[in-house]
Amino acid sequence: MIITVASGKGGTGKTTVATSLALALQEHLAVQFLDCDVEDPNAHLYLRPTIQRREEVGVSLPVVDFALCDYCGRCAEVCAYHAIAVVGQKLLIFPELCHGCGSCILNCPQKAMHEEPRPVGIIEEGQAGPIAFAQGILNVGEPMATPVIRQLKKRLQECQPGVVSILDAPPGTACPVVESLRGADFALLVTEPTPFGLHDLRLAVEVARDTLGLPVGVVINRDGVGNTGVEDYCTAEGIPVLMRIPLDRRIAAPCSDGVPLVEAFPSYREHFQDLYNWIVRVQLG
Amino acid sequence: MKQIVVLSGKGGTGKTTIAAALAHLASREMSIVLADADVDAANLELVLAPEVQESQDFVGGQVAVINPQTCIACGVCAEVCRFGAVVREENGYRVDRIPCEGCAACFYQCPANAISMENSVDGRWFQSRTRFGLLFHAHLIAARENSGKLVSLVKQRARLAALEDHSDLLIVDGPPGIGCPVIAAATGADLALLITEPTISGAHDLARILALTEHFRIQALVCINKADINPRRAKEVAHFCTERGVPLAGCLPYDMVVTEAMVHGVPVSEYTDGPVTQELIRIWQQVKDHVLVRSAETLSNGYIP
Repeated sequence: MIITVASGKGGTGKTTVATSLALALQEHLAVQFLDCDVEDPNAHLYLRPTIQRREEVGVSLPVVDFALCDYCGRCAEVCAYHAIAVVGQKLLIFPELCHGCGSCILNCPQKAMHEEPRPVGIIEEGQAGPIAFAQGILNVGEPMATPVIRQLKKRLQECQPGVVSILDAPPGTACPVVESLRGADFALLVTEPTPFGLHDLRLAVEVARDTLGLPVGVVINRDGVGNTGVEDYCTAEGIPVLMRIPLDRRIAAPCSDGVPLVEAFPSYREHFQDLYNWIVRVQLG
Repeated sequence: MKQIVVLSGKGGTGKTTIAAALAHLASREMSIVLADADVDAANLELVLAPEVQESQDFVGGQVAVINPQTCIACGVCAEVCRFGAVVREENGYRVDRIPCEGCAACFYQCPANAISMENSVDGRWFQSRTRFGLLFHAHLIAARENSGKLVSLVKQRARLAALEDHSDLLIVDGPPGIGCPVIAAATGADLALLITEPTISGAHDLARILALTEHFRIQALVCINKADINPRRAKEVAHFCTERGVPLAGCLPYDMVVTEAMVHGVPVSEYTDGPVTQELIRIWQQVKDHVLVRSAETLSNGYIP
């Protein structure tokens, strides 16, 4: 079972929900946790894993053998991202623009190009108690998060019975979020009951349910603020509200110090287990 | 014309709330233009009630399309595609447009010329009127590529409008994270106002976004939102700022009135005169001192760095 925790909007409590879900399930199940918010991974602050392995993430970058290059400009012509420029007897490659598609290499008439990996981030792997933990970290200044997420997801222990993989997705609805949701069995969408929360929840539903065809459920965090917009929307769309976490300074304070919700308030363990059981029931019919 | 960008590393720290308040406060003293650079989940429009004047399609890139009539099912396209976008079907191949990055590798390699590259309409951008000034904003269609490119487009339009109208200030509400749309939002800014929270993750994200603004040599100011939720961590963040030589522009208290204002669809500074607004006024002063007054002083003194 793969559950991706997403939200559209940032700061709604995705990491709070994802980490507490993992901690609540670890007693009964083999749990794997992947932090896919590679631009700002935070789950490690709550799960405090021991990192045992590190691996660099590279994207392929073309390298030119100038002894063979005749500056014909074909590589620049086929590059959809304008990552190569050929001006006279000069050839420039702009690494940040390169998507690593390899088209320039396939199209070079002189066979003057090959690829070398360029580091854009790292994957860290380890254990947080019984939880198998992994996170991706994008290097600062690098624009593309998706390759790091793609490599991180290779660690998914897919379809093994009795194993649940929990993915903490980045905010938004663009490529990195899609990459985190693709292949999941269930999208758990965390939102808050405000106009911002509702606006972004709609977008998250559009990606998870309408575009990727995933079953979705909602967790309302900071319940008690704002208005009933989120509630009304979920009812109208037939989206189940699986849990509510009230707005409470007694919850906000420990969370701000890195104490997971289920540790600060053990009664939530059962709520998260119920939530998981509900998902399994619905998923397995 | 000066350009400031509101960033945070993480979402949900109050970027839009603060950007909207700055827009309100700044517009009382000078002419401003606004850009919402969060094209994934644009929220500024929820508190500025924009009246759309113009809107256009955003063509972000291209997608490959396989013509089933000419496809000979050789599978070369699937072999060269590094994004897993070519799907094998019963009697041929098909491109899944979601993972397709429009690189055209398959287009060039197809021996049967069965692939064409088609423009992909990935969103829409808007020019709107608000009571504070022009707002440029956009919607990226969910799950589409090129949010960074759309951010650049929105910002470029906003800059052109600001230059044309001789506006004093362009305020950019940035997207979360440190990746491609954030880099696009931050480039060219005279000042980045970094919003953080007094939480373990807030401090972590602040360090990441600060590394980014330093990388691109953008002057930064920090604002701690909901500072009283955890005063000890707020102090730590303040200390971190001092150590890094980044001025702290202000500390906003946690106050439900902020959410109330949001529900009413107005900037919090317009909704109340309370402590939050008083602190926002001080923050606006700091921002002004850093980008407008200081640069004017250096000009009048004829100082050349």
